[in-house]
Amino acid sequence: MISSGVVTASYIAAIVLFILALSGLSNQETARRGNWYGITGMVIALLATVLGVVTNHYIELLTVLVVGGSIGLLLAKRVQMTEMPEFIAILHSLVGLAAVLVGYANFADTSVHMTGVYLTVHDVETYLGILIGALTCSGSIVAFAKLSGRIGSKPLTLPGRHWFNLGLLLSVIWLGREFVIQSAAGGGMLPLIIMTGFALVFGIHMVLAIGGADMPVVISMLNSYSGWAAAATGFMLNNDLLIVTGALVGSSGAILSYIMCRAMNRKFLSVIAGGFGSSGGTTVSAASGEQEGEVSAVTAIEAAELLGNAKEVMIIPGYGMAVAKAQQIVSEITSTLQAKGVNVRFAIHPVAGRMPGQMNVLLAEAKVPYDIVFEMDEINADFPKVDVSLVIGANDIVNPSAIDDPNSALAGMPVLECWKGKTSIVLKRSMATGYAGVQNPLFFKDNTRMLFGDAKDTLPSVLEAL
Amino acid sequence: MKIGIPKEIHQGERRVASTPEVVAKLSKLGFSVAVEAGAGAAASYTDDAYAAAGCEIVGSANDLWAQSDVVLKIRAPEGDEVKRLKSGQTLISFLWPAQNPDLLKNLTDRGITAIAMDCIPRISRAQKMDALSSMSNISGYRAIVEAAEHFGRFFTGQITAAGKVQPAKVLVIGAGVAGLAAIGTARGMGAIVRSFDTRPEVKEQIESMDAQFLMLDFKDENGTGEGGYAKVMSDEFIKAEMALFAEQAADVDIIVTTALIPGKPAPRLITAEMIKSMKAGSVVVDLAAEQGGNCELTEPGKVVVKHGVSIIGYTDIPSRMATQSSQLYSNNLYNLITDMTPGKNGEILIDMDDEVIRGATVCTGGKTTWPPPAPKLSAAPKKVAPTPAPVAVEKKKSVWGPILTIGIAALALFGLGSVAPPDLMEHLTVFVLACFVGYMVIWNVTPALHTPLMSVTNAISSIIVIGALIQVSSTGSMIKWIALCTLLITSINIVGGFAVTRRMLDMFHK
Repeated sequence: MISSGVVTASYIAAIVLFILALSGLSNQETARRGNWYGITGMVIALLATVLGVVTNHYIELLTVLVVGGSIGLLLAKRVQMTEMPEFIAILHSLVGLAAVLVGYANFADTSVHMTGVYLTVHDVETYLGILIGALTCSGSIVAFAKLSGRIGSKPLTLPGRHWFNLGLLLSVIWLGREFVIQSAAGGGMLPLIIMTGFALVFGIHMVLAIGGADMPVVISMLNSYSGWAAAATGFMLNNDLLIVTGALVGSSGAILSYIMCRAMNRKFLSVIAGGFGSSGGTTVSAASGEQEGEVSAVTAIEAAELLGNAKEVMIIPGYGMAVAKAQQIVSEITSTLQAKGVNVRFAIHPVAGRMPGQMNVLLAEAKVPYDIVFEMDEINADFPKVDVSLVIGANDIVNPSAIDDPNSALAGMPVLECWKGKTSIVLKRSMATGYAGVQNPLFFKDNTRMLFGDAKDTLPSVLEAL
Repeated sequence: MKIGIPKEIHQGERRVASTPEVVAKLSKLGFSVAVEAGAGAAASYTDDAYAAAGCEIVGSANDLWAQSDVVLKIRAPEGDEVKRLKSGQTLISFLWPAQNPDLLKNLTDRGITAIAMDCIPRISRAQKMDALSSMSNISGYRAIVEAAEHFGRFFTGQITAAGKVQPAKVLVIGAGVAGLAAIGTARGMGAIVRSFDTRPEVKEQIESMDAQFLMLDFKDENGTGEGGYAKVMSDEFIKAEMALFAEQAADVDIIVTTALIPGKPAPRLITAEMIKSMKAGSVVVDLAAEQGGNCELTEPGKVVVKHGVSIIGYTDIPSRMATQSSQLYSNNLYNLITDMTPGKNGEILIDMDDEVIRGATVCTGGKTTWPPPAPKLSAAPKKVAPTPAPVAVEKKKSVWGPILTIGIAALALFGLGSVAPPDLMEHLTVFVLACFVGYMVIWNVTPALHTPLMSVTNAISSIIVIGALIQVSSTGSMIKWIALCTLLITSINIVGGFAVTRRMLDMFHK
């Protein structure tokens, strides 16, 4: 048994290590060390708590930790890099669930007696912790189902859904008041359970209403919520370690959401309100949706010739590359072209894929060196010098109407300006529109060549022809 | 049909319309070919070489003209040559119908089918027959070679044991085919090259040749005329342009001018004043000398030294590289004839529905067919009038907005502080500080690592496990089991989150 002072000291060490873990992610070289800081911090915090707070049930505790840890390790080893968004989503739901459980257990624990304002504050903290936890849990599960394709990614737009949300919010506030009053009288379990139900429904409905293209925002937002849930739990337990860690994670997720929103030129509130491209609230120009023109298609062999004769090649991967699991073959094409003296680079749009940074991870998995992978802001000015841009399964992020057409649903969204290069080759399964439901004038440009077909099939033929 | 290649009679003309190599290819198309004795001698193509290519050598010009169905020439026919032409014959050569209306009338009256190599439309398909471009290319190259001969210094900069040599500065005016060839040649010899053109779209081409494009600070005036050629510019533009040249003339060592506007005398770009301002020993090569010259002091056909500046006004520059010019010109001719001989049977066909042949044929069957109808395609698409950019109406943000927000937040905080227990306020302090630390730290995360960031924050947010650990020692068995359950899921999360982060980070490599 160690003293509470030592426990607190350990918590301080853990806090510092967590901050170092996050700051280590500022570049790829220090990131691995950062992860070890995180692990060390977690181990210190756990050991200090186990040694300083826990008094019995050591066997059960150890068993559960080993079982849970093994499951986690197994999942982490098994998960495919293309499935990373849904994996992260399901992990978020676990944090949310844990917050709910800790909140209930804390409420059920009658060993500590509080009165007056202390009780009220504690009740509010418990209530908030469970609310955010439940919201995170159900929202993440729906996000997981959407990302893994178990349910469709189309936004669910119930009539009057804003009123529905408002109703839920008001009843949650009213239930909170009831809960505090009843709790002071010794009860309060019923409003808590009803509120949990409402929060679960709210989480489900919120994520259901959000379209596939907004998934990066949703997943960062849920990341943020899981942090706030931890922070609220920290307030409830009077534990600064939880508060700080929760605040770190919460602000991390919030910043990611903000970056993703900015990359799509969308307001955070309108993403959360949902129904992108289908509600009356957003102005979708009908005219731009019906644009037509001639596209010039090429074969895989012609595409290979174009690539082989180029000096500067830019590859723009999108979610389609992840779906086709084509990152490996893209990597091989890259090294083949490099062997021919072609300068190959990658341009990554912040919202390419279904979660922040997903394209980078996929390319890293395929052993594409990260120093040829660039962010949109770093690379956009270079497109006029590019001979061939290879667009793989991306659509909205290379849509010129975001810049040219002020009526477009995408207007104002920063995009990769590949049409400024000499030639763009667009790999696509069909002429279907992207998530925003907006036709892409890029396909009709004179310097664009379409390579129709599943990237899984067309890219190997391109590689072969090279 | 019989193709005849006479010796050029123009004073100083060394080129020949067909090389032995092309003669052999023409025979394969089914033609029989005759060449006047000594026709290729000045271009280093011997009669023996023609004979070896299966060509008949004809001693007298009269005989050759009389027996040929198709006559291939470089220069437009002059003097006796016109009289030798007879009805039904086809003549292919440079003709310049705009400058030579009498010749055109004469050819028409004689019933000749005349195809002017200078009238081949400038469309992609006809590039292989574009003799003007071929000749311009040679002119551009030769202009630099001529300049080098009259220039007393190196082109390239050198640092030698005997001292430092400054590189020559070359200004090329007009970046058409000749201009670009001159830029390439001068760059190849190591000079610093600048170039100017009224057509802004050639900027990229100039820069691709490693030369500097001189921008004219002038409102958007595009000098591109029909067919990608230059057009006459406005007075203000010319004024600004002249100021630029005056400034450059004092700085550069060599000026090559190639400015031509179709059907117009060459624009005067280099004045006597500018020549005076040039350094002694400088060179001006005026490739527009034949059309009157871009330089005021040019004397066509001659090299003159004025104010210490050599001004080269040769009008026969392609002819000075006769072997090369003959080879390219005859290839252009061959490509044209191939298109005109669809049957490959030695019979040429004047297909007036073919845009290229229609454009080049200036008279046939006693009728003048020049000028042709306007070409359907121009080399550069005409610019659509730019629509005025929508003026972004930016709402002025009220100063009161943020003040109001801060005020409300401060009031709420004070309100909370007045009722809340002190330890809540302490926790709140920690919370707010932690939010700021998180804000600072996260903005530094590279976007490439956003996915690992999410998985690692997910792992550390499982610190909620502390809550479960505190509760696990509780006496109540329900609380114990809930806590154990929480422990199970958070431990999945901790290990899973860290492990998957490590897996991802291990993949990133340079």
